[in-house]
Amino acid sequence: MQLIEERLRSLMLQSLAGDAAAYRMFLDELTARLRSYLRRRLGGLPDEVEDLLQELLLAVHNKRHTYDPKQPLTSWVQAIAHYKLVDLLRRRSRSNALTDPLDEDDQVFATTANAATEAKYDVEKLLRGLPDRQRLPILYVKIEGASVTDTAIRTGMSESAVKVGIHRGLKALAEKIRKIG
Amino acid sequence: MKTEDLVSLLSTGAQAVDLRRASRRWLLALAGGALMAFLLTAGLLKLNPVLWHETYKPMFWVRESYCAVLGVLGFITVVRLARPGLRLGLAPMGIPVAVIAMWVLAVVTLVAASPQNRAQLILGHTAVVCPFLIAFIAAPLLIALLWVMRSLAPTRLRWAGAASGFAAGSIGALVYSLHCPELAAPFLATWYLLGMLIPTTLGAWLGPRLLRW
Repeated sequence: MQLIEERLRSLMLQSLAGDAAAYRMFLDELTARLRSYLRRRLGGLPDEVEDLLQELLLAVHNKRHTYDPKQPLTSWVQAIAHYKLVDLLRRRSRSNALTDPLDEDDQVFATTANAATEAKYDVEKLLRGLPDRQRLPILYVKIEGASVTDTAIRTGMSESAVKVGIHRGLKALAEKIRKIG
Repeated sequence: MKTEDLVSLLSTGAQAVDLRRASRRWLLALAGGALMAFLLTAGLLKLNPVLWHETYKPMFWVRESYCAVLGVLGFITVVRLARPGLRLGLAPMGIPVAVIAMWVLAVVTLVAASPQNRAQLILGHTAVVCPFLIAFIAAPLLIALLWVMRSLAPTRLRWAGAASGFAAGSIGALVYSLHCPELAAPFLATWYLLGMLIPTTLGAWLGPRLLRW
């Protein structure tokens, strides 16, 4: 547990400083942890696991500026996961009965699970619904891996508009996913 | 899309994040909200004409400290509730302590006063309007605090909204006191507190509606 905290925290701090490779490792590890956690929590709703996992990853990404370096990284993630899970269950409880009450003691970081599957909704399709000023920066920078500068030239947008477009687009994406769920 | 593709999307070209942005926004919200509250107080309600004279009375400073202490404790609570997984610490517990201290002072004042003066000490001249004017003056602060809260990640939405309302109410009361002619502890213990509780209640209602993410 202590090891996970130290490793993830140092990866997170490097990510916040702009290290994309560290961020990738951070998200990969987080994905495995969260998937296992969600499988345990959503035993009765297996179809929801990958959906909520992607929603959680987007939330962690969009809210990463709210991490306080003085606090344990694991408690920050735990609070986000718990919030999103409660939110999902509240949305679900309108349509069907929930059998498994939420257990505060269950920890995100207890175990890991791998074997990726696909989410029900298609992020790529949702991306196509975004306006160009958000869609193109995400497509070029985040999917094709172009630099912000090249994307700015290619789209005729300013560099800061490209960055804002990515930021707002990912937030809009998270919002769309939340509405579907 | 596969989850691993989403991870790749999120991490590719990830930029550095400015961790001080939240602090700057909080300061901006406080400064902007307090300025608007002051303009409303000075423009619509008018400042107390004998304000400078009143600064010689100890109760003036008791009143200002009461509002300021509640404002600081409320604001610390707001800032902590805006981030996932942060402990709240001692600040929220200081709020009832300060409120009870004012109640004790109010009771002491009432006991020491002659019976025919007691009603006057509680009601003053402005009891009917005081809570509503405090809530009115606090409105820009509440809007500003909720606006910043929305850009962060509160996980206890009702509490986050209520704390924003309480911080707005107590800072609003501090600004309103520049207009208010009342200094008696029984008045402050009743009507100032009620004035702070109006935006608190409103915030608790708005929290789950405005702050979801």
